[in-house]
Amino acid sequence: MSCLVEIKNLSFSYQDGRTALQELDLSICEGEKVGIVGSNGAGKSTLLLQLNGVLQGTGDVRIAGDQVCRQNLGRIRSLVGLVFQDPDDQLFSPTVFEDVAFGPLYMGLDESAVSLRVREALESVGMDGMEERVPNRMSLGEKKLVAIATVLAMRPRILALDEPTAALDARARRTILGVLKHLDETLVVATHDLSLVAEVLDRTIVMDRGEVVADGPTAEILRDEAFLAEHGLI
Amino acid sequence: MQGSTRSPETGGMRSLDPRTKVVAVVLFILAVNLIPAGAWPVYLVLLALLWSAAVVLHVGMLVLLRRSLVAVPFVLAVVVLPFTTPGAAIYELPGLGWQISREGMTLFLTILCRFFLAVQAAVLLAASTPVSELLWGLRKLGVPTTLVAIIGFMYRYLFVIGEEAGQMIRARAARSAQIPHHRRPSVFWQGRVSGLMVGSLFLRALARSERIYVAMLSRGYDGHPRSMLHLRMVAWDWIVVIGSGLLLALILWGRMA
Ligand SMILES: Nc1ncnc2c1ncn2[C@@H]1O[C@H](COP(=O)(O)OP(=O)(O)OP(=O)(O)O)[C@@H](O)[C@H]1O
Ligand SMILES: [Mg+2]
Repeated sequence: MSCLVEIKNLSFSYQDGRTALQELDLSICEGEKVGIVGSNGAGKSTLLLQLNGVLQGTGDVRIAGDQVCRQNLGRIRSLVGLVFQDPDDQLFSPTVFEDVAFGPLYMGLDESAVSLRVREALESVGMDGMEERVPNRMSLGEKKLVAIATVLAMRPRILALDEPTAALDARARRTILGVLKHLDETLVVATHDLSLVAEVLDRTIVMDRGEVVADGPTAEILRDEAFLAEHGLI
Repeated sequence: MQGSTRSPETGGMRSLDPRTKVVAVVLFILAVNLIPAGAWPVYLVLLALLWSAAVVLHVGMLVLLRRSLVAVPFVLAVVVLPFTTPGAAIYELPGLGWQISREGMTLFLTILCRFFLAVQAAVLLAASTPVSELLWGLRKLGVPTTLVAIIGFMYRYLFVIGEEAGQMIRARAARSAQIPHHRRPSVFWQGRVSGLMVGSLFLRALARSERIYVAMLSRGYDGHPRSMLHLRMVAWDWIVVIGSGLLLALILWGRMA
């Protein structure tokens, strides 16, 4: 059976020569909820950016059978929804409505379909009624939720989130967790928040210095404290 | 942005097309700058016109005046005019012996009036038009897409960058302890630190712009703006546009006569 995400022998270096990913193999199947953990600089964010072709390394990355390459980018990007760590990067439009509508509009949907998607996406993160709000005047938690909605509105099959709970207070974090739990999409979450992993994600991938050092059911991986400490996770 | 929240049919003057407002404001500012110096009654008429427009557009007088305050620093640039313009002296500053000339005073007050009216017109435009509509209107009026995009990003991110600058200033203040009887760092050193801060702010803004671009690409951006806004010019729009054109023509005619 072929999986939704198939990564074979992927290596990637930034322009300054720093190797961020080394010969990585990974597959993620439809409906899986995967956590990617690892210390700062392990390569988590870099890996997420490979999934929709924003960064491209050597090796083979396939999404739903299609290779990530220039010709397929449009299709790939409608399959993989990327939510960035800083919502101020993600919310670049003057109003919430325009921002959530951005992806669907560029997918070529007609306007009533776009409006419907915006409404549904905002509802699913509990931010309905915020359409006319200006991102400048929203709290970090609200911005994070809207950032998730901007991607949900594209109905991606894979949702890739970078540090969804970083810098949030307890209540906002709870809200995000609640939203993540109820999503049906395949989830890939890069995070330092191990209790988020334990609560929401069934499978955990541990990265260290650009390599996958462990991959398995969350419960098993989180049980091995010595291993977690060795890779700077606790 | 959504068609549903805004129906041009019901609003009358209230929901003027953004294009109308932009054109009217540009014509108004042109007119203001063409009024001869010292033609005070005309300024009063224009002010009355502007304030009535504010009432019609439901922009509070307080908002209008408060937001116009941003322009105050620029007034400093012309504050010397009454002293430097040659002409009949009408007043002498006690002690200093500086003379204020009638011509200089007239010039100063005229510039002040023009400036005040122009700023208020711009504030009125901004306060009565949602940013998305304003950007859309500018695009439709033929302003280059790139320029409109820059204005949009400026609106969105000036605040964010300002916040970052604030954080850096606080961080510096927090570490600028002073031990009693010790010399403060030299002005040169302090200037160097400020320069470095500006530089690092610039780098942060640059890095952010890259991340934003990536975020836009991730959602399918192809370099062409897309919008769901559909506004039509209705009768009221044409009345306002033609009205402001007539105003300008009248003032031009007045100048020539
Ligand atoms: N734009 C860049 N240019 C050069 N090197 C980079 C860039 N972004 C990241 N790196 C480097 O690539 C490596 C992996 O970085 P990455 O951001 O993927 O780590 P991460 O696991 O997401 O870390 P964190 O937990 O801090 O977010 C690091 O060594 C980092 O210094
Ligand atoms: Mg990261």
